[in-house]
Parts: sequence; C-alpha cells; structure tokens
Amino acid sequence: MAIEQDVLVIGGGLAGATAAISAARTGADVRLVSSKQPTLRHASGLIDVLGYTPDGEGPLADPFAALSDLPEGHPYERVGRDAVEAGLALFDEIVGNTYEGNHTERNALIPTQGGRVKPTARYPASVSAGLASDERDALLVGFERLAGFDASLSAARLNATGVPFTARGAAVEFPELSSADPKVTRFAQLLDRDEGVDAGRGVRREVTERVTTHMDGEDRVGFPAVLGDDHPEEVRADLESHLGAAVFEIPMGPPSLPGLRLEDRLYDALDEAGVRIETGNPVVGYESKSRGNGVETVLVDRTGSTVPYGAEQFVLATGGLVGKGIESDRSGVEEPIFDCHVAHPSDRYDWFADDAFGDHRFARFGVDPDRELRPRDAHGKIEFDNLRAAGAVLGNYDFAAEKSGSGVSLATGSHAGRLAGENT
Amino acid sequence: MSDADSPDDRGVPDGERGDANEDFEPVEVFPEGDLDLRSGADSCYKCSTCDTNCPVAEVDDEFPGPKFQGPEQWRLKRKEDSEIDPSIMDCSNCMRCDDACPADVPLSQMHNEARAEYVDGQMSKFSVEYWRNRVLANYRKGAWLGSKVPRLTNALANNGPLRKLGEKLFGLTAEREFPEFATETFREWWEERGGAATSKKRAREARADRGGADVQSEDKRVAYFHGCYANYNTPEVAKAMVRVFEHFGYEVAVPEQGCSGTPMFANGMLDDARRDAETNVSNFSDLIDEGYDVICSCTSCSMSLRQEYPELFTFEGTADVAAHTYEALEYLRIHEDLRGALDEAEVGGEGEELAYHAPCHARNQGLDRQAVELFRDLDGVGVEDVGDSCSGISGTYGWKAEKYDTSMAIGEEMFAEMADADGETGMTECPTCAMQMEHGTGYEIRHPLELLEDALVAD
Repeated sequence: MAIEQDVLVIGGGLAGATAAISAARTGADVRLVSSKQPTLRHASGLIDVLGYTPDGEGPLADPFAALSDLPEGHPYERVGRDAVEAGLALFDEIVGNTYEGNHTERNALIPTQGGRVKPTARYPASVSAGLASDERDALLVGFERLAGFDASLSAARLNATGVPFTARGAAVEFPELSSADPKVTRFAQLLDRDEGVDAGRGVRREVTERVTTHMDGEDRVGFPAVLGDDHPEEVRADLESHLGAAVFEIPMGPPSLPGLRLEDRLYDALDEAGVRIETGNPVVGYESKSRGNGVETVLVDRTGSTVPYGAEQFVLATGGLVGKGIESDRSGVEEPIFDCHVAHPSDRYDWFADDAFGDHRFARFGVDPDRELRPRDAHGKIEFDNLRAAGAVLGNYDFAAEKSGSGVSLATGSHAGRLAGENT
Repeated sequence: MSDADSPDDRGVPDGERGDANEDFEPVEVFPEGDLDLRSGADSCYKCSTCDTNCPVAEVDDEFPGPKFQGPEQWRLKRKEDSEIDPSIMDCSNCMRCDDACPADVPLSQMHNEARAEYVDGQMSKFSVEYWRNRVLANYRKGAWLGSKVPRLTNALANNGPLRKLGEKLFGLTAEREFPEFATETFREWWEERGGAATSKKRAREARADRGGADVQSEDKRVAYFHGCYANYNTPEVAKAMVRVFEHFGYEVAVPEQGCSGTPMFANGMLDDARRDAETNVSNFSDLIDEGYDVICSCTSCSMSLRQEYPELFTFEGTADVAAHTYEALEYLRIHEDLRGALDEAEVGGEGEELAYHAPCHARNQGLDRQAVELFRDLDGVGVEDVGDSCSGISGTYGWKAEKYDTSMAIGEEMFAEMADADGETGMTECPTCAMQMEHGTGYEIRHPLELLEDALVAD
C-alpha cells in the first residue's frame, strides 16, 4: 500500500478545503480527494453564517446572538460558538483583503440578482459598494445576451423591498462579443485582457462609455458579477475611474465568478499548506480495520480500477443531496461511501411538504454527529472512531432556508480537520 | 418511470389502480441504436459549467460549447431529418467537460458519437478535409512507413517548400515542424534487446538485489501499451518505462498493438478506431488473464483504454482492459514506495527547474498533480506547475491549417506561464502537448518517466 497519509479529506468544497488546511496546520500530512471539480464555482461567493432562525425568523442582524437558541443536533449546536469563530477566522486569514465583513459580528445585506436582499456575514470586496444599507442611489446595469440578470426588474424589486435608496436599471450591449450565447467567463476574460475595441480603446473604457449615457447622478453602479476572473480588482478600479462612481458586483447563479475566484484562493492556500490534492476520481467505498471500528482505507475509483487510499484519520466532506454526499432513491436515503446512518421517514411522502416553501424534511437529511463530528448510528453510537463529517453532508439543518451553508462548512470543516490532525 | 406511474401513487384511488406489471406497456419515446444516451441528456440541468471549462469556447465565440454539442444536440437530433451541426468538428476532444459536469453527463461520449455520425452521414468522402483527417487520425500507418527510412522522412517532412505545398493541397499547417522519427523504433530496440525473456531476467535480478524476496513472482508483470508516438518518435520514453519498471522488479511484455484510437475518436473515424481497439483489447486481455496489468506512458492512450473503449465498444474483455489499465507513474505510486525511493534519490547536475504542464487527459483521470507532488521530494530538481490551461494542440487538431490559430490562441496562456516559470525545460506526459510546448516556447520537453529513470536507475 503506497498511497498513505495521516489525514485524508474526501470532498473539495468549502468544508473539505477548510478541513484539509486545518489538519495540515496541526503538522499532519494531508491528502484531499475530490470526485469532480469543486462545486465552489456553483456558489455565490457570499459567506453566510445564519440569516434566519430554523423557525424562519429574520433576517437576523446578529447571527451569533441566535446561535445559543439552535435546536440540539444542529451543526452549530454540536461544535459550539468557538468553532464558528475559528472557522471564520481561518477564512478571513485565507482570503485577506479580498473579502469584507469581518469588522463586525453583524450581518450585511447584499442585493441579489433577482432584486432581493440577502443577509450574509462575509462578502467579496467587489460587492461591498452595493450594500443595501448604503443610502446612495444606484444604477444597475445588465448586459444584453447575458442571461440571468434583468437590471430593470432587479431595480424595481429592490425599490419594492424598501431599501433606503433609489435603484434604476439599464441594459447595454457588451462590446467585442459575437456569440449569441456568451458564457459568463467570456465577459470576465474580455474585461481581464481589456483588449482594444478600436483606436486603442479597451473593452473597459467602451463599457463605461455606454453606461455613462444611462447615468443620472447615481454615485454607484452595479453590474452582474462578471467583472474579471484573474484581475477583478484592476477591472473594478478601472471602471470606477472611468465612471467617476463606485462600482459593485451583484452575485449571480452558477457558474459564478466570485465562486471561481474563491476556489482559486482556497486551492492556493491548500498548496501553501502542503496538502496533496487529487480531483477527478470519486471515493466509492472503504475497508474497515481488522480490529476495532475504524476505517483502514477508502477506495477510489480511478476510471475503472479501484485503488485503496490509507490514512489514520478521515474527514467526510462530500456535500448534501446536490453534491451527492447524500443520495436518495424511491426506497430510502443513504450516505453512499460509509453507509453512515441518515435518519429519514420510511414513507417517502413524508420527506417533503406540499407547500413549495414549506418545512421540507429532505432539506435536513444528513448524518448525525457527536460533538467531535463523528457520525452516529440510529442508537447514537459512534460509527467509526477515526471518521469525522463536515459541511452539507451533516443533517439537522436547512442551509437554504437558514442561509447558513458556508458558515456550517467553515465551522465544521475547521473543527473536524483540526481534531483529525491532532489525533494522528 | 416517473412518479406518476407509481402503483403507490396516492393520487389514484385504489379501485383504479391496475396491476402495473400486466397493464404497463412501455412506449419507446426515443428509438435508439447501440448507444442510448438519453439518461445522460436527461441529467443535464444546464448549469453551463462545462461551457466555462471548454478551451475552444474560450477563444472562439462561434463555437457553441459542450452543452450544446452533447445533451442539447442529442435531443435536437431526435427529430427526423435533423442534421448534426458542423461545429462538432471544432471540438478538440480534450474531455474537460466530463470532469466539470456536476451531474455526470457523459459529454465526451456524446461528442464522440455525434462526431462519428457527422463524418459518416454528412461529410463528403471525396473532400480533401475527409482524407486529410483520415491520414492524421491514422498517424500510425504513415509513421510505420516513415520510420522505415527515418532520415529521408525527417528531411522531406521538414522541407519548407514541401510543407507549404502540404498546407495548400492538403490543409496541413505549414507553421509546424513535423516530429522527428527515431532512427531505431522502440520495438526494434526491444527485439534487439531480447524481448520479454531479457526483461524477465532483468526483473528477476532486480528483485534479488532488493532483498531476495519474490524472486519468483507471478504478480510483478506489466504489459506495456507504448502507443505510436513512443514507438516511432520518442523511444527514449519507452525505454525509460522499461528500465524503471524492471528496476522495481517488474517483468515487462510488449504485445502487438494498434493505435489507442484517440486521434480517430477526435476525427469521427469510429470504424478505424474499432479495428485497432479490437486488436488491443484481444491482445491485452489475454495477458491480463495471465496476471499482467496494462501500463501506458501517454495519458491519451490510458484515457482511451480506460474510458472511451467501454463507452464506445463492446468487445469481450473491454471492461477487463479498462479496469487493469494504469499510467506508468500512477501504477508505481500505488504499488511501490515511490515516495520513499525518491526521498533517497537525487538527480545530478546543476539543479534543474522543470515547467510542468498537465495534459487534459491526465486531468480527466485525476492525475494532473501527481508529477508535481512526487518530484517535490526529489533532490536536485524543481518542478513547477504552469497552471490549468489546455496546451491547445489536442493531438491532430492543431495540425489542421484552419485550426492552427485557435490552437495557438488556446496555448497562449500556457506559453506565458512557461516563460514566467524558473526553468527552461518543460515536462509533460502527452507527446502532442510536448510538441505544442516546444513549438510555443522553444523549450526542450521531457517525460516524467525520463526523470524517474535519471533518479532511480543507476547506469
């Protein structure tokens, strides 16, 4: 057996990356294995801790004040406030000045692509001029042929939510694009490279010329989040100086540039921490230790052949129903790698509520851990001594309704990773 | 079956429930041939992540991208009289979309199938393009002929006026220099050296040297799939593979073999690919029965045997070959203490810095970081990853006159990263990526196996 580490982390999203970095910082030799490209590029890039209580109260101004009231079994209840703060501190350190929000424990309100306002704890610097609590009037600018953002509609909805400013919408044609169906990354690349449109005038200048004709004294201008991939700070600074106004990004759906940029930053941090990274092959099973109830190896499917990977400690960070860390079919719900217990009603008609925005049981499907994040069986007994779970694979919380997905990933990822590293 | 068909459906009063097994007659909505790709098309939820990973779409606004070429085109062509969009020929078969898709849509399989259908049904068999593609796809045949008179071939192939003529008449770009043919092919060297019998002897000696264990070994056997390029153009890579494996005590066999099929898939020549695949599967699965694993030194070859064969062919033994195929470095990492061996080793000289590029087909197998990870521990050498861009040549793609500019535009990012890296020597597992790296930067390019040979096999 030749592929062997102190700690092996399964999953390459926010929880997995955080776990791997935390484990590496204890001095452990760490490998991260992820079946596909990380799904961070599907995420908005906003770091929510808790926007609403499980009962639907909110938006919450102070997420930390609500932590102590969470029900037993909620991931935050399991790890405690210190772990939430440690996860955020690790995040703040990794992203440096590319993110804001760490000056206060309070949530910020960020306008979304659909013209709603979302409470979040940390946000990319590129969205900070767009805060909904800011009283400056805003012009929202959409690009023709960029699907998913209708600036006028977003502006109208924002005004209807009662923001303390006036928003207006406008759409402009993006220069240099010939495709009928351009990808978001294409907009970003053109802005990154700032290639000439004519007579040495670059794309950035051309965009701002077109936007200027729509401006009516607004001090800030919001664009869909496509303002650069490799050089977003430079792109935004250029647009600001040409427009003479603050520029902000409005987070968009997948594939998302803020998510991609965050992914780059996290993977650089993994590299710096000396973590060995493998993406592209799924973990499909495990072998137990011959003695005790530990995991000896996990089995990685490498395009047809199955290869064992050994470690002393394992972290399961494979995501929830969408990330396929939890799977379901008509007969039941399961955690597919270790077959950890996932509580669910036996009648699948009880998995959901009839109301689309009702209290769906499936949203809280996941493994049920002890306070060290070791998954427990139906009787509350620890399933494996050396396996911990983090992120969306955990049950007992509804990240979509609570707006707590990133915070849980950071808190449980850093907690599980540190404990895994310390136990080697 | 949808929820509505369920006999447990609560919406249906008990009295109206029929016996599903008796009454249910499935309706064939999408009549299909060999490959039913409907489940793949149905899994696509249009997140477009594949499109943002496509190196061709990145530089070519007209290219509709993998989402269209795969699931969308598959649905469109259910209609009678619908044709495959010619843009399928602009896909370079890098297969990055497979790795990007969060829903496991078999994108490259859909592209391969659509391309084959396009070439079969819509491309004129009398066109220069068809024959140019066919010759490129069947590189091995030309290489076999060329290698009989390597010096003459090298001289002719790189004659400037002749290359210009080739571009004009045949659509082969005059911008590129043809890869040189070795004066002795790997197979010639292998036979000269005594073939499998010599390898067995050397492996046995190595095992004896390493402590006497397993002097008789049934498991330390590998069958080498060298592919065309290592045979005709870079036999030094193939020789390094043999020496490194023998050093670890493996008996190497080199069975008769054809092309892996990668260039044929990429040009929609599925019949040509099927012929060679049948030979390969048959010869290699025989050896697998005798305890051999299959080793490749080119990541496109291993990708083909592992993924594309089972997706496209049904010969007996196909799955077996797929399950027993490995990249050379990967195999040693799994079965030997390669890290330990490299920890103790060093390469002589001035401390070489290598700019490493991971081929797309290594990336898709999850092998994109292994060379960097492994050589991190080796004294006397530094390996720097030059990032995740595609080299742009994609086998035969960058040889086509009309694709040359696209190919170079894709490669630009890699060239820049290489120029920024400390070293002036490149490293990669893929022979055509190596060609592109050399073409774009002028650097000499090595294969990780050559570095392993330097580090581990004493002269």
